Amino acid sequence: MDSIGTPLLRMQGINKHYGGVRALEDVRFECRESTVHAVLGENGAGKSTLIKVLSGVVQPDAGTIELGGERVTFPSPAAANRAGIACIFQELSLAPDLTVADNISITNPPKKLGLIDHRAQRRIAEEVLARVGGEDIHPLTLVADLPLSRRQMVEIAKALARNPRILILDEATSALTAADVGKVFAMLKQLRTEGMSIVYISHRMGEIKELADECSVYRNGRYVASFAAGTKSDDAIVEMMIGREYSNVFPPRSAKVVEGPPALSVRNLSWEGQLNSISLDVRPGEIVGLGGLDGQGQRQLLLGLFGTLIGATGAIEINGVPVKVSSPERAKSPNIAMALIPEDRKNEGLMLPMSVRDNLSFAALGRFTRFGVVDRKAEAKAIDEMISLLQIRSDGVDGPVASLSGGNQQKVVIGKWLMNRPRIILLNDPTRGIDVGTKQELYQLLRRLAADGAAILFYSTDYDELIGCCDRVLVMYNGAVIRTLAGAELTEHNLIASALNLPASPTPGPGLAMAHAGAAS
Amino acid sequence: MSATDFPRAEGRRFWEGWRHTIGGHRGLLIAIAIFAVMFAVYGWKQPVGLTSNIINTAANKGVLLALVAMAQTVPVLTGGLDLSVGMVFVFTNCLAASVVVGGGVQTAAGIVAVLAAGSTCGLINGLIVVYGRLQPIIATLATGAIYFGIALILRPDPGGSVDPDFADFMTRSTWGIPSSIILVIAVVVLIWIPYRRSVLGRAAYAIGSSEQAAYMSGVPIARAKVLAYVLSGVLAAIGGILLTCITYSGEARAALGGDYTLNSIAAVVIGGTSLFGGAGSAIGSIFGAFVMRTVGDLLFVFDMDPLWQPLFVGVVLLLAVSTGSLRLLRIRNKLDLYR
Repeated sequence: MDSIGTPLLRMQGINKHYGGVRALEDVRFECRESTVHAVLGENGAGKSTLIKVLSGVVQPDAGTIELGGERVTFPSPAAANRAGIACIFQELSLAPDLTVADNISITNPPKKLGLIDHRAQRRIAEEVLARVGGEDIHPLTLVADLPLSRRQMVEIAKALARNPRILILDEATSALTAADVGKVFAMLKQLRTEGMSIVYISHRMGEIKELADECSVYRNGRYVASFAAGTKSDDAIVEMMIGREYSNVFPPRSAKVVEGPPALSVRNLSWEGQLNSISLDVRPGEIVGLGGLDGQGQRQLLLGLFGTLIGATGAIEINGVPVKVSSPERAKSPNIAMALIPEDRKNEGLMLPMSVRDNLSFAALGRFTRFGVVDRKAEAKAIDEMISLLQIRSDGVDGPVASLSGGNQQKVVIGKWLMNRPRIILLNDPTRGIDVGTKQELYQLLRRLAADGAAILFYSTDYDELIGCCDRVLVMYNGAVIRTLAGAELTEHNLIASALNLPASPTPGPGLAMAHAGAAS
Repeated sequence: MSATDFPRAEGRRFWEGWRHTIGGHRGLLIAIAIFAVMFAVYGWKQPVGLTSNIINTAANKGVLLALVAMAQTVPVLTGGLDLSVGMVFVFTNCLAASVVVGGGVQTAAGIVAVLAAGSTCGLINGLIVVYGRLQPIIATLATGAIYFGIALILRPDPGGSVDPDFADFMTRSTWGIPSSIILVIAVVVLIWIPYRRSVLGRAAYAIGSSEQAAYMSGVPIARAKVLAYVLSGVLAAIGGILLTCITYSGEARAALGGDYTLNSIAAVVIGGTSLFGGAGSAIGSIFGAFVMRTVGDLLFVFDMDPLWQPLFVGVVLLLAVSTGSLRLLRIRNKLDLYR
């Protein structure tokens, strides 16, 4: 066979824009039969978009896909499936109210007399579950009743049941237990010898080293390089993943060392296996970043602090006083004075059809209310102050907030919480999808708030931002804080290396190996 | 593991399978239980006992709502709602009172025509929902008014007739069982079960459960949704034909259509189908409909004022729905409550 010469899959010149944002530009990707091909890149490098193009979920603006030497297009996931491409997505593609067996053969169930043959379907499910190492999962269980790690095994089994030529795993192992990962790896190696082409996306370098035959690196929506696995050092790979196309103007850090008791002190916060014994301190005037790869528990940490997680354990102290934050209402009360700027501003942050003014005063109405009646004059004054402080550009602040640009909407979300005069501000990736100008205003605002004594905990998927904006960065991995970076050691290289849970690089400075952030500073 | 462990492990797995099967039909089983209790009380308190006449009347009344409730179930399973089912029911009643006449082949052709009319109503609903991208609730509210308008034009005044042999056959007992019950069983065996076990039927559940996951899995979403509404139209038309047989006439009465639409939603919920879609079955809706109808009969045998009926139906509905919210106790992230 000439499979060495011609790749099974060849994608060339792929372009994809979302509005004005470039997700992919002139990207290529090739993979062969009987190989595991690793796709590498940091957050926002375009890996997920590339996979979505390949699996028919999004349509590229330009570019070609060749499968087995023939031009193909995938207008829908169903079309990609028919061509022999099966994808195991990060966001699960299982219908929760159906049984495991129903889900596994959802589009092509076995039939008898034209009807779905439940017995055969159950047998298929049992076989394919056994193949991936999920024998413990009963095929008649509802997917909704399974824990996340079991669902992920079903997801893998479902993709496998389609007998694909190309199997894509997009962070498919992140929710699995170590024992499951072992079983899945054994299965993938077996499939490779049977001729399957496997595209493997993972942030875990250990896994990539164990599995991959070839690697391709992407950065900022562009293709960087492909090479055979084992020919580059970890350091060289990390360098390839780093790339700087623009740099933001960041305000200077405050020179003074922050003293005194922490405004927010967390000890051993744990929840549902997604947060594992997290301890941290944030002092007034300090901006502490949360780094690490997407989905390592950063969101849950912020939600846990804000009181929306049921069954979270651990201790929280505000200014040295132990408190129990049981709900967002409690979290914003004056003696805690916490604010959470949510990531999903359209659902969790704003009431889109309501006016800018109404949105701004909503979280702080208590401040202007006397005997249950809102003091409209005081409210209007506070709103005007906030609008000018944040420079919210809006022709009519009485118009619906939905008509504003993304950046201005985000300002309204932040302004809404600042109305409450919070002393602890939690931000969940607040600059995602907003323009560079607004980003800079936001950085300066954060610095100003810190200078006025606020304690800020800032999760961002943008490493530049963490480096430029934060006094310290806690890097999270698997629901735990694995490293604290500060001062000279706060570099992009170190951020990525620790996000991938690689051993600390010796080069930039000492002290990198600090084990737990809670103990730091 | 020794060889003797195997049968035990197999046995455990077998029972686990049953546990899941039962767990998956919890709503249906609750509806059957409620109905069984209510009907037992009714039969016990009934002064003259359960004569075949009484059973026939009760069955006819129950089956009418059961058919409309089944019609409602299918769109609900996809996460939609069909506010036009009652109006399709009324419209096909009016149409049947004109065309299901003449005996033999002519009557059969009339029945086919009515079913075709019902499925056309459903097809229009489905196309508007899928390709017009309108919300089902408003799309079917509008089309329902249109179907009622057509019914009024067909039959401005109550009247018409129906093949008397066919009507008698449908409203009496056959082999000692009310014909209407046989009809509903036939609908389950010939329409519902094949649908439930088809790829598009499965797709309807997947869409209601998570439309995004269904799309990602390559499920034929548009076809499955359109079929759901078509099936809804056919089932409502079967109800319309039965109504014609019972009343020997057709009548375009808006209140009747509205009543059946709202009661069908209630019956679907009592029958254990989630209004969010994805879980439940038309069989549950049949029992849900019978529960709704039995409430009135129970009030009668306990000598209570019929004015109490709406109140009691409301209480039964609330109780049935509350069992569904028990799942909220398991939620670990409060944000999930609002999703």
